[in-house]
Amino acid sequence: MRTSIAYIASNTFREAVRDRVLYNLIAFALLLSGAAILVGQISIEIEKLVVINLGLTAVSLFGIVIAIFIGIGLVSKEIEKRTLYTVLSRPVRRWQFIVGKFFGLAGTLVVNTFFMAIGVFAALFYVSHKFVKADALIFVALYFIILQFLIICSLSLLFSSFSTPLLSAIFAFSLFVIGSFAEDLRNFAAMAHGITRWLATGAAYLVPNFSAFNVITSIAHEQPVAGRLILQNTVYALFYATMALSGAVLIFERRDLK
Amino acid sequence: MVAIQILGLEKSYSVGFWYKRQKRALCPLHLEVEDGEIFGFLGPNGAGKTTTLKILMGLVFPSAGSARILGKEWTDPAVKAQIGFLPEQPYFYDYLTAHELLEYYGQLSGVPAKNRTHRVEQVLQQVGLRDVRGLQLRKFSKGMLQRVGIGQAILHDPKLVFFDEPMSGLDPMGRREVRDLMEQLKREGKTVFFSTHILSDAEALCDRVAIIHKGELLRVGAVDDLTSSVQGKVELLWQGTQVPASIKALGAECHVAGDKVRAIVNETQQDAAIDALRRERLRLVSIIPVRTSLEAYFVEKLRHAETTAGTTA
Repeated sequence: MRTSIAYIASNTFREAVRDRVLYNLIAFALLLSGAAILVGQISIEIEKLVVINLGLTAVSLFGIVIAIFIGIGLVSKEIEKRTLYTVLSRPVRRWQFIVGKFFGLAGTLVVNTFFMAIGVFAALFYVSHKFVKADALIFVALYFIILQFLIICSLSLLFSSFSTPLLSAIFAFSLFVIGSFAEDLRNFAAMAHGITRWLATGAAYLVPNFSAFNVITSIAHEQPVAGRLILQNTVYALFYATMALSGAVLIFERRDLK
Repeated sequence: MVAIQILGLEKSYSVGFWYKRQKRALCPLHLEVEDGEIFGFLGPNGAGKTTTLKILMGLVFPSAGSARILGKEWTDPAVKAQIGFLPEQPYFYDYLTAHELLEYYGQLSGVPAKNRTHRVEQVLQQVGLRDVRGLQLRKFSKGMLQRVGIGQAILHDPKLVFFDEPMSGLDPMGRREVRDLMEQLKREGKTVFFSTHILSDAEALCDRVAIIHKGELLRVGAVDDLTSSVQGKVELLWQGTQVPASIKALGAECHVAGDKVRAIVNETQQDAAIDALRRERLRLVSIIPVRTSLEAYFVEKLRHAETTAGTTA
């Protein structure tokens, strides 16, 4: 049972790796890191800060684009092209298919993040000619970025399990944007009254709170990240991804593959 | 032993955006397929063949009814390890090579790792794709994809194979090879259930067939039983291009093809026709009773169903 998930995940990873669009996105990410170096050179005394900010933001944005771009097609494309028929007519359960797809995409993003991170560290070394202890904080930012990817992957899969790729992309991007301002939404809910307060509070807690994962600026300023935040974000991301994935499984388990 | 037992499977879809109404794709279907036979599931496009197969594969959920495959509930995952399925107009992961695809399906079907590569090579050989095993599927023609589809269906040595329109997209040689493969599967003791609207294939291959139209099962029976009704006519074939006047006088339908003449006469006039050929010193090649072809039977059944439906309406 577990092996089916591993085989599906491995095939999903292989598909992503062989997809030329993916290579283009990596190239763009590397290009952006190169741009960071240029910007760093014209930013007197704050080259390192600019490189970390720009580099990590690029890693995050390109990863989100990859997660949504691939995630929205993971199920719908398989249904549309009927490749799913020959998979589900084997001893593979529908939930295994969804979970396998999730791990395949998550694995792809982790590998991509790894390569993009190499680009960021190379750019950093280029501007500062050495690494200091505080640079290790970049790993925390990268970890948070990966946690964000897990949430985005699960949401893309959730939308992909019942909607078209275009609508799924719109939903996923919208949730990413709204989620990035989740703190502001919570503050607004706290100030609102009556039904607006209820609605805003509901929406604020329903959308993924991506703002809690954004530590890029503080890390660029070499400010440490609290261990409690790391734990809190880990639990939150795993919980949210599990819930979204469960939703995807529930929908997909009942769906007719016409 | 019964390989497939369909117990009143039924499927309706909701159609319409605002005003939802039910469209019936499959009326309660009761059908049994014996172990070791080649069973043809015949019907025109939209008859419900693919819907039935999709329900049996667990891709579509029935509105009512159930089925048993190889003695187990059709939803039992253990069943799926023992069946193979070729969908209609199959499409596969086109970034994979034929070898990689079959390896992947072998993994999912539980083919042991130690035998897998050997088995994949064996199947590639069997479906005639060994020379292109390293080529990505995006470069494959429709016929080659159909062969890959057949390969993946038999890869894990299933006891029962479902083929949905297996001859689709194949050239005459390919069709012949698929027919040979199905016969080989039967010789190996496997059960083959295939849907088609190419009746000559069904007539040549099937032990029994079922005819389905607009979701309703019209008839099930052995091909011989369905085609045995002699129309009271015989076909005479003789060497030459000459049609004696005495045979024309019998009202025979005559066709000259190459150096042979084919004439269809009433059974009662058979002796008179043979005498006429003897008198003219023409060499008789064969005398065959005219049988209803499966195609003729099929068309007649469908017309009858249409007429009945029209009258009822």
